[in-house]
Amino acid sequence: MLQFDHVSMRYPAAGDVLRNVSFHLERGEMAFLTGHSGAGKSTLFKLIAVIERCSRGQVLLDGENLNQVKDRRIPFIRRKVGLIFQDYKLLQDRTVFDNVALPLVIAGYGHHEVARRVRAALDKVGLKNKEKKYPAVLSGGEQQRVGIARAVVNKPPLIVADEPTGNLDPELSAEIMHLFEQFQQVGVTVLIASHDISLITQMNHRILKLDHGQLVAS
Amino acid sequence: MKRVNRKENKQERWQTKRAGGDFVDKLYAYRNLHAHALFSSLGRLVASRFSSAMTIVVLAIAISLSSGFYILVANLQQLAGNLEASNQISLFLKDEVSEARANKFADSIRKNPDIQDVKLITKEQALAEFQAYSGFSEAVKALKKNPLPAVIQVLPKNAFENEQALEVLLDDFKRTAEVDFAQMDMQWVKRLQSIMELARRGVTLLSLLLGIGVLFITANTIRLELHNRRDEVVIAKLVGATNGFICRPFLYSGFWIGFFSGVMAWFIVTIIMLFLKQSVENLSRLYDDSFHLLFLGFAETLSLLFISSVLGILGSWIVLHFQLRQLKPE
Repeated sequence: MLQFDHVSMRYPAAGDVLRNVSFHLERGEMAFLTGHSGAGKSTLFKLIAVIERCSRGQVLLDGENLNQVKDRRIPFIRRKVGLIFQDYKLLQDRTVFDNVALPLVIAGYGHHEVARRVRAALDKVGLKNKEKKYPAVLSGGEQQRVGIARAVVNKPPLIVADEPTGNLDPELSAEIMHLFEQFQQVGVTVLIASHDISLITQMNHRILKLDHGQLVAS
Repeated sequence: MKRVNRKENKQERWQTKRAGGDFVDKLYAYRNLHAHALFSSLGRLVASRFSSAMTIVVLAIAISLSSGFYILVANLQQLAGNLEASNQISLFLKDEVSEARANKFADSIRKNPDIQDVKLITKEQALAEFQAYSGFSEAVKALKKNPLPAVIQVLPKNAFENEQALEVLLDDFKRTAEVDFAQMDMQWVKRLQSIMELARRGVTLLSLLLGIGVLFITANTIRLELHNRRDEVVIAKLVGATNGFICRPFLYSGFWIGFFSGVMAWFIVTIIMLFLKQSVENLSRLYDDSFHLLFLGFAETLSLLFISSVLGILGSWIVLHFQLRQLKPE
């Protein structure tokens, strides 16, 4: 599903951020990505979302070389990747429903289909009765669930989460991680960056460890 | 192994569901997207009514300036258009020239192959005409002697378009013994028409400049809006929005700004014209009512709205073209 093949990333100012990183996530696999701040986790995610392109090597998503895709194709690649952020990145002036509906509206789904899928996604993350609320009145854990619902509503084959529990307490963090496991169980590939070593070692999934841009454990 | 297969099957089902939604549903969705962009951009315009109003007033003034000048020139042209430019020359004969001699002189001109038509207006005819049309009949009756000269109206052949050849002809007439004074009747019309042509070009240039101004004012407004909605744009990009999807509401904003400026400009011009109407009609009445004020007609109103809307769309397109690329998700 997702393959990194001798990937290096060099920024003119910061030097090598990723060095010769290679790994392969199978379809339906769940993995954690860990490492100190500045180890290159964010850069790795930027390569998956085609926000950046790597300097050397290649990133393959669903068999497609992300280094060579045309700019016009980038939106369609992003529709295959459900992105989840530490700061949730919700639109504060839209309701929970509208936030979750955004990817479907963008993909051109009809009104009824949008409503049906949004409600299903909100039900899945346990926010069925909050669809008319605005993000500002929700707790951190609830906002992150909205972010997750938005990431999965379009049913992407890959979910990528950057420190999804970074702002949450341990109990909520565990709940969120179990939510990701449920997606994995229906065949979605999941990659989660996390600092929370104790939590992720409990969960018994593959762990990728980055150290100064190099993959030191896989 | 068996478990992996099951997973793959589930994945496949997952994928087919992704492609769901039939064609008609998508068509409706596309229409709804446009309708949504159209009305949500209108809604945002209303929500920030103070700044929108300021922009629209500035644009409306610029647009009304160029359309105002346009209608001014159109009115002047109508005035000049009533006067047909011809090459007719009037020869005012000397007082001592008798009617018989004038007739003979007219015949001699008629023989000239360059002349199309000659018409003699005797002193008596001239007086009768003057009495009929000038409104001074009583005053004329009081005169002991007919003060008007006999006139020969000479119409050169159409081939005589050349200004210089006409001048030569005119000079020849001036040197003739019978002629007191010769003039090209419509020379001033031609001068007026040249001035009108100049004014038309001036208005075109001015409109071009003001149009460019409108373009860039719209562009700047949209740039600010794009800046204000930066987060929204970035998030939309991250969840797979195409540039088309992101641009659509901004293009509609540009359209609305242009359209409303056009509407307001129409009102500005029309109100000014209504304001001037009374005085123009009074003036026209003094000149036997030949002139009526032209307002912006239906076709002109349509093109005014069309051009201002297009300028709005174009202005926002310029900004989107150059700035959207810079809005990269972090």
